[in-house]
Amino acid sequence: MGELKGVAADIFPRLNERFPGALQPAERDGLVVDARQLVAVARFLRDEQQFHYLSSVTAVDYPQPTAEFPARFDLVYHFYRLSGGGYLALHVHADRDKPVVPSLTPEFPAADFQEREVWDMFGVRFEGHPDLRRLLLWEGFDGFPLRKDWKEAYYEEEHKPFKSRFPEGGAPVPAEERTPLKDNLRFPAGWEPQDWDFEEADRLLYQRMLSADRDPAKPLQTDEMILNMGPHHPSTHGVFRLAVRLDGETVRHLEPVFGYLHRNHEKIGERNTWLQNIPFTDRLDYINGMTNNLAYCIAMEKLLGWEVPERAQTLRVIMAEFARIINHMVAAGFYGNDVGFFVTAALYAMEERELILDLFEAVSGGRMLYNYMRPGGVAADLPEGWVEQAKLLVDERLPRKIELMQTMMLENEIVQGRSVGVGVLPPDRAIAFGTAGPVLRASGVPYDIRRAEPYCGYEQFDFDIVTAEHGDSYDRLALRFGEIWQSLRILRQALDRIPAGPVQAKKLTPGLKLPAGETYGRIEAPKGELGFYLVSDGSANPYRYHIRATSLINLTPLSYLTRGMKIADVVAILGSIDLTMGEVDR
Amino acid sequence: MKYVELPEIPPELQTTVRLTTVDQLYNWARQRSLWPIFFGLACCAFEMIATAASRYDLGRFGMEIMRASPRQADLIMITGTVTKKMAPQLVRLYNQMAEPKYVLAMGACAISGGPFKEGYSVVSGVDKLIPVDVYVPGCPPRPEALLHGILALHARIGQESTRQMRAFRKAPDEGIPVPLLGPDLVDWRRYEGLMEPARVEVDWKEL
Amino acid sequence: MYGIGVLKTLGITFYHFLMTYVDEIRYLGRRDDPKNIPERQGPLGRGAFTLQYPRERRPVPERSRNIPFLVVDGETGKLRCTACGICAQACPVQCIWIERAKDPETGRPQSMAAAYHLDIGLCMSCGYCAEFCPFDAIKMDQDWELSSYTRPGFWSAEQLAKPETYHAQLHPADYAEEQAKKAAKAARARKSA
Repeated sequence: MGELKGVAADIFPRLNERFPGALQPAERDGLVVDARQLVAVARFLRDEQQFHYLSSVTAVDYPQPTAEFPARFDLVYHFYRLSGGGYLALHVHADRDKPVVPSLTPEFPAADFQEREVWDMFGVRFEGHPDLRRLLLWEGFDGFPLRKDWKEAYYEEEHKPFKSRFPEGGAPVPAEERTPLKDNLRFPAGWEPQDWDFEEADRLLYQRMLSADRDPAKPLQTDEMILNMGPHHPSTHGVFRLAVRLDGETVRHLEPVFGYLHRNHEKIGERNTWLQNIPFTDRLDYINGMTNNLAYCIAMEKLLGWEVPERAQTLRVIMAEFARIINHMVAAGFYGNDVGFFVTAALYAMEERELILDLFEAVSGGRMLYNYMRPGGVAADLPEGWVEQAKLLVDERLPRKIELMQTMMLENEIVQGRSVGVGVLPPDRAIAFGTAGPVLRASGVPYDIRRAEPYCGYEQFDFDIVTAEHGDSYDRLALRFGEIWQSLRILRQALDRIPAGPVQAKKLTPGLKLPAGETYGRIEAPKGELGFYLVSDGSANPYRYHIRATSLINLTPLSYLTRGMKIADVVAILGSIDLTMGEVDR
Repeated sequence: MKYVELPEIPPELQTTVRLTTVDQLYNWARQRSLWPIFFGLACCAFEMIATAASRYDLGRFGMEIMRASPRQADLIMITGTVTKKMAPQLVRLYNQMAEPKYVLAMGACAISGGPFKEGYSVVSGVDKLIPVDVYVPGCPPRPEALLHGILALHARIGQESTRQMRAFRKAPDEGIPVPLLGPDLVDWRRYEGLMEPARVEVDWKEL
Repeated sequence: MYGIGVLKTLGITFYHFLMTYVDEIRYLGRRDDPKNIPERQGPLGRGAFTLQYPRERRPVPERSRNIPFLVVDGETGKLRCTACGICAQACPVQCIWIERAKDPETGRPQSMAAAYHLDIGLCMSCGYCAEFCPFDAIKMDQDWELSSYTRPGFWSAEQLAKPETYHAQLHPADYAEEQAKKAAKAARARKSA
C-alpha cells in the first residue's frame, strides 16, 4: 500500500467514516474509489468538504497487473478546493474487457468533454453521460488509440530512440516506404469502401442537435435551421467547427466539433523520452510557448524532487510574464477583429509582440517555439544587453502602448455595445464548468494558481489578483488588460533583482530517467490552468502523458453561454474565451 | 521556358517605348496581386499573420487582402498540420478555388507531417492530397522565409505561358475527388484510379 | 456625450498615421540607411514599423536556429563528427540517420560517420542535436532561404557541411567559449605532460 501524503492523507479518515469500505489508498498517489460509490463520494466532497473544483478527468491503461491491482483502466479525477492548496486524486478502476463507469457529468459539468475524450481514446463507457460521442476523432474510426496494444500505421518501436537510426542508419528510409499502403493508413482486414456508411458521424451530430434544448411550450411554431460555422471560418480562431441550431437569428443550441487539429500529442508523448517532449509542448498553445514548457518542467520536477536555483526561478518568472503580456494583447487584438475593428487592434498588438519576440529570440533562439525551459532550470543564461532591452520595453514602451490600446478598446461604444451583457457566466456555473484563468476570474472568483499553489518563487513578488463582477465578454476583455498591468508590475520587480548563480540544477543528458510515480503539476498559464498528468515507471519514457488543456475546458460552457444570444454574439463570446486550437485538440 | 527574343529599342526612344509580350504582362499583373485564403491551421498560421502584420507587411506584395472565401482567392498557403479530419475540407476548398490557383506548403507539417508525422491522424504532407508549387521548410519558418517562398512563387509564375498554363486547358476540370472518413482516411484515387494523382513526384535520392 | 469613445479610437489611429510622417521627417532621407534599422525596429522606434525585406535585412540574434549544419574543422579539414550517435538519440523526431564507419580490414568501428543524413522536411529546429553534441560538431544554422519547388528530403553530410569560419562568424560568443575550453584543455595536457 502506498503511503498517503498531502490532501489525501487529511481527507481519508473522514471519507472512510462516511463511506466505509468504499475507499482505499491508491498504488502511488491518491485514493481508489469503488465505481458504484463514485458519484456519492464526489457529491460529498463538493458539498461538505469544499472540493468544488474538478480540474481534470483522464485515464491510464494498465494491460498488465501491477504490484497491487489487476489489469485495468485507471480513471483519475483531480479535485481542488477554491481556498487554495494541493489536489486530491481519486482513482476508479474499470475492467479492461468491458469498461463501464458512472459519469460525473450530471453533477460536475466540467467532466463533459473530458469523459468524451476518455471514451474516444480508451473506449471506457460512461453511464449517464448525456451525449457520449467521440470528441477528437470521427465516428467510425478503427479502435481506441491510447490503449497500449493499439499500434499506429507508422509504428516502429515502443520507445525512442529508435535502433534503426544509429549505428546502422546508412540508408535512410522515409516512414511511408515502410508501410504496405505507402502512406499513414491502416484499415481493418477485409474492409471495403462500398460497405461503409460515410454519413454516420454527421448523422449522430445532427441527431443531438435536433433533440437537445427543446422548448415544448414555444408559442409560435417556426422552422429552425442548423448552421455549420467552420472549420474554415475567419472568426473561429483556428480550425474549429460550431453546429448551431437557429431560430431566426437566436441560437437555441450549439454543439462544438473538435479534432480538426488533433495531432496525437499524447501518443507521441509516450514514445518520446522525457526531454524530447519539451519541444512538443511548445506546439500546444503556440502563442505562448514559454508557459507550456514551464508547466511540463514543473510537473517533472515534482517527480524528480530537484530544487531549482534562484536565478533560474526569476528567469522563468520573467519569461512567463512576458508570455502573459503577449497572450493578452493578442487576445484583445483578435477580439477587436471579431467585434469590428477589422485589423487595427490586432496590428497594434502584433507590433508589441514582435518587440517581445526579439527578446525571446535573443535568449532562446526561436521566435515563437522556444524549447527554453528544462527540468531543474532553464536552457541557457541571458545574453549581453538583454536586461537593458527588457527594461526599455517594460518601463517606457509597453505602458504607453497598452494605455493607448486600452483606451482604444475599452472606451469604444461599439465594443461596449457588442460585449456588455453578452455571454454572462455566473460564478457558480463558472466553477461547476471547470473554467480557469481570466474566464473564471471575470465571473468574480478570485482563484489564481500563482497565489493558490505558488510555484517558481511567485510568493516573493507583489501583485494583485484581478477580478471583475459581471462575467460578460466586456469584463473578460477588461480583465485581460488588468492582468497586463499586473504582469508589468511583476516584471519591474523581477528585472531589478535577478540573483546571480547557475541556471540549471544538474547537467542533463538525453536519456534522463524519472523515478517511478505519478503526479499532476499545473501553472497559471495566460489562458487558464495548464496541467500535466505524468505517470512514470522509472524509465526514460513516460508511461502516461496527459495534458489538462485549459482551452478545451474553458469551452465547456460555450453552449450555455450562447443560448438565447444572436448568431453574431457567438463570435464575440468565442473571442472573449480566448482559445488556441493547438491546445484544444492537442 | 524560353522568352521570346525582343528587338532592341534605339537609345533615343528608350524612355518612351517599352516592348513586352502578352505572357510577361499577364504574369507581371498576376504576380503582384496574389490573394491568399486566410487558411490558418496551426502554429505556422501565426507566423503567416505576423508576415501580414506591420513588420513584414504582405501588403507590399499586394497580398494583404486575405479572403475567407476560396472563390475569391488565388493562393492557398497551407500553414500548419493537416489532419485526416481536416483533409476533406481542404480538398473541397482547393476544388472551389478558381484557376489559376497556387499552393504554398509552409512549415515542416505541411511538407511532410513534420514533428507529428508518426501520429495516427496526421496526413504525411499536403502533397498527398493536392499539388504543391512551393515548399518553405522550417518549424515555423520565419516571416522572412515565407516572403522568400512567396518570391520563389513569383519567379515560378513569371515563367508560365498562357499557351501551356493549366488554367487555360480545354479539358473539363473534375477537381480532386474529396477523401472521406472511414476507419481511416479513404482517398478515392487509390481505389478507382479515376484521375492521375495530381501530386508532385517525390524522389528521395535526389534533392 | 455618446460617441466620445469612438472618437478617441479614431484619434489614436490618426495619431499613428501622423507619426509615420513625423518619423520620415526626422530621418529625412536617411531612412533607408542600414545603420538606422536597429533603432527603427527597436523599442524606441516610432512611425512605420515595416522592414522592407528583401531590400532591408535585420541581423538575427546569435542563438537563432533553423536547420543544423555539420562543422568542418579548420585544422584537420575534416568533419568534427565522430559518429557517437548522441544527436540521433536526442532528436525528438528521429530525423538523423548515422552509419558508423568500420575499418575495412578489421571491421572495428571508427570514430567517423560513413553516412550522415538529416531529413530537413521533418526537422523541428529544437536545437537538441547542437546542445548535446560533446564534440561541437553540429551547430544550428541561421540560413532560412531554403524554399524549393520539390519536396525537401534527406540532406547528406556533404550538403550539411560548413566550415569552422562560418560557425565562428554566426556564433561569436559560443565560438569564443569553445576556443577558451580548448585552450584550457591544451594547457592542462601540457602541464601534466
